[in-house]
Amino acid sequence: MADIKMKPVDAVIVGFGWTGAIMAKELTEAGLHVVALERGAYRDTYPDGAYPKTLDELTYLQRWKLFQDMSKTSVTFRHAGSDSALPYRQIGAFKPGEGVGGAGLHWAGQHWRVHPEELKLKSHYQEKYGRKFIPNGMTLQDFGVTYEELEPHFDFVEKMMGTSGQAYWVKGQVVAGGVGNPFEADRSDNYSLPRQKTPYPAHLFEVAARECGLHPFQEPSANVSQPYTNQYGCQMGPCNFCGFCSGFACYNYSKASPNVNILPALKQVENFELRSNCNVLRIDLDSTKKKATGVTYVDAKGNTVEQPAALVIASTFAYNNARLFLLSGIGKPYDPTTGKGAVGKNLAYQTMSSVRMFYGPGKNLNGFIGAAGNGVALDDFNADNFDHAPLGFVGGGPVWCNPTGIKPISGIPVPTGTPKWGKNWKTAVKDNYTNTTSFEVHGSNMVYADNYLDLDPTYTDSFGQPLLRFTFDLKDNDIRMSRYITEQMQKVAKAMNPKSIQTSVMQIGDHFDLRPYQTTHWAGGVAMGLDRSTSVLNRYLQSWDVHNVFAVGSGVFPVGIGYNPTGLATALAYWSAKAIREQYLKDPRPLIDA
Amino acid sequence: MKIFSLFSGFVLTLALFDAAQAASSPTANQQQIARGQYLARVGDCVACHTARNGQPFAGGLPIQTPLGKIYSTNITPDKETGIGNWSYDDFARLMRHGETKAGYAVYPAMPYPSYSRTSDADMHALYTYFQLGVQPVSQDSYGNTIPWPLSLRWPLKIWRAMFAPTPAPYADAGDEEASVALGAYLVEGLGHCGSCHTPRGVALQEQALTGEGSSIYLSGGGAIDGWIAPSLRNEHGGGLADWSVADIAEFLRSGRNQRSASFGAMNDVIVESTQFMTDRDRTSIAAFLKSLPPRQTDAKPYAYDNNISQALYAGRVSGAGAQVYLDRCAACHKSNGKGNGKAFPALAGNAVLQTGDPTSAIHIVLSGAAMPATRAAPSALTMAPYADVLNDQQIADVVSFIQTSWGNSGGKATVDQVAKLRKTAVPVSARGRTPGTSG
Repeated sequence: MADIKMKPVDAVIVGFGWTGAIMAKELTEAGLHVVALERGAYRDTYPDGAYPKTLDELTYLQRWKLFQDMSKTSVTFRHAGSDSALPYRQIGAFKPGEGVGGAGLHWAGQHWRVHPEELKLKSHYQEKYGRKFIPNGMTLQDFGVTYEELEPHFDFVEKMMGTSGQAYWVKGQVVAGGVGNPFEADRSDNYSLPRQKTPYPAHLFEVAARECGLHPFQEPSANVSQPYTNQYGCQMGPCNFCGFCSGFACYNYSKASPNVNILPALKQVENFELRSNCNVLRIDLDSTKKKATGVTYVDAKGNTVEQPAALVIASTFAYNNARLFLLSGIGKPYDPTTGKGAVGKNLAYQTMSSVRMFYGPGKNLNGFIGAAGNGVALDDFNADNFDHAPLGFVGGGPVWCNPTGIKPISGIPVPTGTPKWGKNWKTAVKDNYTNTTSFEVHGSNMVYADNYLDLDPTYTDSFGQPLLRFTFDLKDNDIRMSRYITEQMQKVAKAMNPKSIQTSVMQIGDHFDLRPYQTTHWAGGVAMGLDRSTSVLNRYLQSWDVHNVFAVGSGVFPVGIGYNPTGLATALAYWSAKAIREQYLKDPRPLIDA
Repeated sequence: MKIFSLFSGFVLTLALFDAAQAASSPTANQQQIARGQYLARVGDCVACHTARNGQPFAGGLPIQTPLGKIYSTNITPDKETGIGNWSYDDFARLMRHGETKAGYAVYPAMPYPSYSRTSDADMHALYTYFQLGVQPVSQDSYGNTIPWPLSLRWPLKIWRAMFAPTPAPYADAGDEEASVALGAYLVEGLGHCGSCHTPRGVALQEQALTGEGSSIYLSGGGAIDGWIAPSLRNEHGGGLADWSVADIAEFLRSGRNQRSASFGAMNDVIVESTQFMTDRDRTSIAAFLKSLPPRQTDAKPYAYDNNISQALYAGRVSGAGAQVYLDRCAACHKSNGKGNGKAFPALAGNAVLQTGDPTSAIHIVLSGAAMPATRAAPSALTMAPYADVLNDQQIADVVSFIQTSWGNSGGKATVDQVAKLRKTAVPVSARGRTPGTSG
């Protein structure tokens, strides 16, 4: 029983990251009284990201200031259903955010849309390459929403974040001499600000890639190029390339975040309330189990609090929506033995590789100058921009050179063969610190019948609730994709003309390793879709089972994509908000009959 | 903070009407209340008469004066502890003459010499609002800490006789258009801008209460809480000569413009008062300020000087102040001192940096500064404090550098000035309404 019962509100939002903030803005604009609950602390640019204290690798990256407190809750992992899962006790492979702004406060600022065919991956591959092309056990699905439907929302998000870039097309016409990304889908407008400046290493990458017949372009960046005021009146300042983006709160108002781009406007309205340090235990359902009555949470003082609400938005970090649905009894849990049920299914990650070039003294690449969301990228190997027929794998990934600043504690790269310590190591550090750069292959990760989420039978969090259990491993399809692109990119590395090249790529048969950082881009668990037997949410991100519950965030992706998820997750949040505002509030019911 | 939650939902109207009619119908009363509420904002009554995290208008805010600490009083319509038993005449006597219902004189921290200029119609509206539009709160007023004999009230009557003029109510012409006359009414009256921006005399009296016949009015006040209230006259050397009427109006509306951003004590005024004014009133205020002729007739117009900019760009660092500037300031304010749009204010030509007294600039470096979060511009862009980063010498160096570079004509800072301000400087906290944010 709850210690405290709050007055009912129109909508309660669980988790205040990007998608929670978007929903809060949209629903308060619609006149609803909205309460947002955030499990972590209240955070803002000042004082949490104040110069110069925020420029502190030890506090932010090594001691995980903005990340989830793993002493309170975590997730467990196992590679296969026959293994026992163990808790993820230290931040390693991925960095779940916590606190106001969520992962949107510590992200890098890489702001992408999506390639249209990735929204209909299953039907696209089946039509183009035949039904047998998709391997057994790979459970591809379509999103159930098209690029054309999402385009206005992608555009709106770019204007909300001040995204700086150069379009290739606008309304079907090539613009600015075609210096943008020729693989980009059509757009209704250019980016909201001019493209960022090109760091020197990224310039070398661009020249080399072009020499190799590829199509490099300046990345769209949410580390902005000019002073900017968005639709909400929220202001940003231009990025100064300090290099403290990913893992940090930008002190300079240059990196888009919920805290910078949305929260200031929400603070001006009376029908919004943000409660931090509030951990939601479950979404409460009525006796029919078809309608939510609100949520129950534990506040900062340890009180159990019931917050009645007419509408519940689940906007927790990526996979945590699956946990919230499982804990609340919403939807049918996925059963890997029968393939039935959908909550916890469609789990996807990314498949990362990197190629590093060492030049030796005198090159002065000055890798400490940078912005993590800015660089030069190419899309020649992303999505279905290349012929997969002879390659026999599904998926792809963008490649980018985005100097993000060199972090001394995380490690200063040295060429292969350098001793791990001593005089020769020191010499190598000195010779290479300002004379090395790298590029990344940010590969997709497909979804499989035996990669899924459920509740752990053994481990619980500090509130006594079961942890979310990952059953997840890398698969040959994705490793082959990553190896193919990485191999293709060797010629670019050589054309950059370094003294030596160091390539880090998965080997066939490698298992997922939780220790080294890879990426925080998890997706799936509460997939959206057109078929309620294989998805948790309908195309408007509404629960098939409990119509006054909507879920947002990358957890709704039914498949992995090549790009970073933020651009797609935020556009989908606006898409869902539009459906709520224009359809659901007028007539609260399932928006899709099924 | 819930200070303004009472006000939400009201539609503010500027229509002036006959006060006598007002009491005659509920609708007229509602109009009176709305008008009174608006005027209470223009007068920024809430700023002094609400304690931190306290009930609106219930008083209890400590106000530091050179004489000692005084506490604002409860002006809610509570009959026991507030002004619920006051008649209109009681109210008007206080507002115009500084005399309470009980018959004693109030401290001139209450700007009644300015409020006295309020028209009868507006005074009635204010009265109606404070009686009918404000939630009564039972809260006794605190005692003051002013020591005897300064605590005696009777000398205040003499002060009043000497420095508070006979009230000269303004007759509103009823113009729909913005006008200098309306601006004068607002600035000299309820706006009480002179409380901070006009120099005070030996008895702490404002040396002028109107722009008529005196160029000392609004020519810049002394330091208040470590902030210098600059000249609001149409003059160079720290005044508003380079600001257009539109610049001033935008500043009052949003707390920032292309030339500068609000900081320090003005943030409260913008958040609580000027952002809620009508465009007509803000434009009228701006027009009035621009009509005030210069007091410093010999101050030269600001002209941008490119030398420092070129030197810094070329890596030629001329002194300690320039080095600190490059290391700590230029990333936002740029080596050319021009800042970045409305995000990072320009230092080159900034009116604050054209004054002889560098107090405000030192204070900003020590404490940091935050733009006020307003409805028109909700971002409380904040410069972090440098008190823990730079020592007194470095701050004196860099403030002297910015006060004298790019054509700026401000005074240099000394180590002693920095050391003195450091003792009281506290890190900035962003100013703005934060409804319902907790934790």
